[in-house]
Amino acid sequence: MRRFREWWGKTPPYILVLCLALLAAPVWAVQPDEVLDDPALELRARELSKGLRCLVCQNESIDESNASLARDLRLLVRERLVEGDSDAEALAFIVDRYGEFVLLKPTTGGANWLLWAAGPLMLVAALGVGVVYIRRRSHARAPGEQGLNADESARLKEILDRNDP
Amino acid sequence: MITELGHFALILAFLVAIVQTVVPIIGAHKRWPGWMSVAEPAATTQFLLLGFAFAALTYAFVTSDFSLRLVVLNSHSAKPMLYKISGVWGNHEGSMLLWVLILSLFGAMVAWFGAQLPPSLRARVLSVQAAIGVAFLAFILFTSNPFLRLAVPPFDGQDLNPLLQDPGLAFHPPFLYLGYVGLSVCFSFAVAALIEGRVDAAWGRWVRPWTLAAWIFLTIGIALGSWWAYYELGWGGFWFWDPVENASFMPWLFAAALLHSSIVVEKREALKSWTILLAIMAFGFSMIGTFIVRSGVLTSVHAFANDPERGVFILMILAVFTGGALTLFAARAGTMEAKGVFAVVSRESALVANNILLSVASLVVFVGTIWPLAAEMFFDRKLSVGAPFFDMAFTPFMVVLGLILPLGAMLPWKRAKPGRVTRQLLPALVLALALAGLTWAMQSGRSLLGPVGLFLGSWLVFGSLTDLWTRTGRSRDLRRLMRLPRADWGKSVAHAGLGITIFGIAGLTAWQTEDIRVANIGEPFEVSGYELTLNSVERVRGPNYFSTTANVTLAQDGQQIATLYPEKRSYPVAKMPTTEAAIDYRFLRDVYVVIGDAQGNDAWTMRTYVKPLAGWIWAGCLIMALGGGLSLTDRRYRVAAGARKAPAPAGVPAE
Repeated sequence: MRRFREWWGKTPPYILVLCLALLAAPVWAVQPDEVLDDPALELRARELSKGLRCLVCQNESIDESNASLARDLRLLVRERLVEGDSDAEALAFIVDRYGEFVLLKPTTGGANWLLWAAGPLMLVAALGVGVVYIRRRSHARAPGEQGLNADESARLKEILDRNDP
Repeated sequence: MITELGHFALILAFLVAIVQTVVPIIGAHKRWPGWMSVAEPAATTQFLLLGFAFAALTYAFVTSDFSLRLVVLNSHSAKPMLYKISGVWGNHEGSMLLWVLILSLFGAMVAWFGAQLPPSLRARVLSVQAAIGVAFLAFILFTSNPFLRLAVPPFDGQDLNPLLQDPGLAFHPPFLYLGYVGLSVCFSFAVAALIEGRVDAAWGRWVRPWTLAAWIFLTIGIALGSWWAYYELGWGGFWFWDPVENASFMPWLFAAALLHSSIVVEKREALKSWTILLAIMAFGFSMIGTFIVRSGVLTSVHAFANDPERGVFILMILAVFTGGALTLFAARAGTMEAKGVFAVVSRESALVANNILLSVASLVVFVGTIWPLAAEMFFDRKLSVGAPFFDMAFTPFMVVLGLILPLGAMLPWKRAKPGRVTRQLLPALVLALALAGLTWAMQSGRSLLGPVGLFLGSWLVFGSLTDLWTRTGRSRDLRRLMRLPRADWGKSVAHAGLGITIFGIAGLTAWQTEDIRVANIGEPFEVSGYELTLNSVERVRGPNYFSTTANVTLAQDGQQIATLYPEKRSYPVAKMPTTEAAIDYRFLRDVYVVIGDAQGNDAWTMRTYVKPLAGWIWAGCLIMALGGGLSLTDRRYRVAAGARKAPAPAGVPAE
């Protein structure tokens, strides 16, 4: 709880101020001079950029962001790719330096399995409840057709017997 | 003076809300009609007082009264009038005031239109509604008072965040709040029903219009926000899975689920306790949304109040109301026995599936939204959950939902023969598959996303048309369609709207093309079949900003089709730049042009996107809202409303 409050108290203004400061001197998401000559490599760089978070912005990928730090990261990604890194190697290089906070798509490692499994698990649970409910409803009898009690069936039998020759 | 009167009205409203909370609920418990009937005049009074307070604040903004702290922080004398008015709710304090104003409006509407409700239920609903009002009015008065004065007023204000100075965003918050807060009525009805211990078909019928109204407003509000993001943020994205967007999306999904489950309560008297739970969850998630936006626990583009004290206060309100309602639910849910019986294959089962998919999808969004917080608190990991996660985890639910929707919408109640419905829908299926196959062949080997999306979208649209077609009966008499209940029309229209939105999302995501370059003035360049020419770039002065405006001609096959004026603005008072993309909107595609920085003499960075089917996303949302509106005007709600106008039994009083 203490950490929570600490984090809560300090993070947002700092990010806000940084973002405003950076916005005051705008540069643009993916500049023409950043674009790599090799279209295949550029495409990979774009895809990687879409999964990397701009560290000073609020929930923007570096591909979309106008911040200069995002530009640095975009250039870094391209540099790694030009040097022959695979996508995974380039990502690992950046995560090593900036932490997993930069990954917009969280890893499946550690407790994160819970995040990824949450959807399927909840769906299975909900389907279970749903199926039980529907089955119970389909076997239930509507009020008014509860069946006959012992007296009523005796009486019915009597009537039917009477009609028998 | 007017400001002080507004402040005073706000405090009075708080007191009236306290009376409205306490007196009617005691009256309902003790069966004292006098005490119960306090609720209606109190609800009206509360609304009028808050309306006055809101008008007083608006007056201060319109007249640029810079002795008010809020006006100084969020307005400027040179700002256009529209944004002076929208500035009232473009900030934390003012938007909270709008929030409670709408809350009291809904309360008053229950009082005005609720004459046919049983008196004890009406008293309890209004009491719960007022209790929510008390909590949020206390929040405003004690932590975020909009009427605070400054000892030394400055000469001018600090201007509104320029991103918010936009017609789309001026009306986005009111619609969103109408939706969020509209769900409070469903919540109040649910809690009142739990206290009464009675949920029946009539209850379902009373709740449904409120849910519908809230859902319509949420749909419009979200669509406006998404459209704003599309043209304002400069790269034409329409949804970012930002925490605050998710905050509005979760209640929307729950409201959609509630909309469908309350039909089952109304028509078949089943799913009762589940519907109550959904009503609690829907408003609970509205409050979670409020908490996320205003506490700053999750970093987001939209967060406008980063104050721990306020966050804790809202968290307490959330805990009291949701926790209290859930406790009540746990104690009382058992008493709500379902009556309707239905087979495994039936409309009821299909609606259960709809509810499962919508609620689980909403919870997935919730888990993804708060996971960074949870991971940091419990596992000491600082991580992000962004669009790639949500795309992967959320989309499958919508795909399955889209697949079963046309089938479920046409299954009869109680017991259905699956073969009959599949036969009827076969032409729609074949058409949708053919369209998907055609696009797949045409785009030759690119991702599957486009064809799958087009299939889903057209399956929904054709499915809705089939549904209407079968309603013409054996005689294929189209006049029968005109006599269909509006609710049936609403259903088909809304479902088709969903299909159109899916169509647009698929088209935009799969076939967007992008071009980034340094454009020289007067030198044409080509982007996927369009020829663009940057003619000139000028510096222009706006009312409260400076603009760099480019003049770009757009031509196709040598013929000029549009002149576009993309802008780059800088707001000197707020010290913020914005981009104003220029968009050539067409039926099948948008051309989206953004101007960047100067690159030496007569050359500018330009980004151009061709976005196929982009407009369909929001058109679909509007059609969904229209469907909701049609359903809302259905005769059976009016019959119920008209009942109270019927003359009282014409008996001669025995004197």
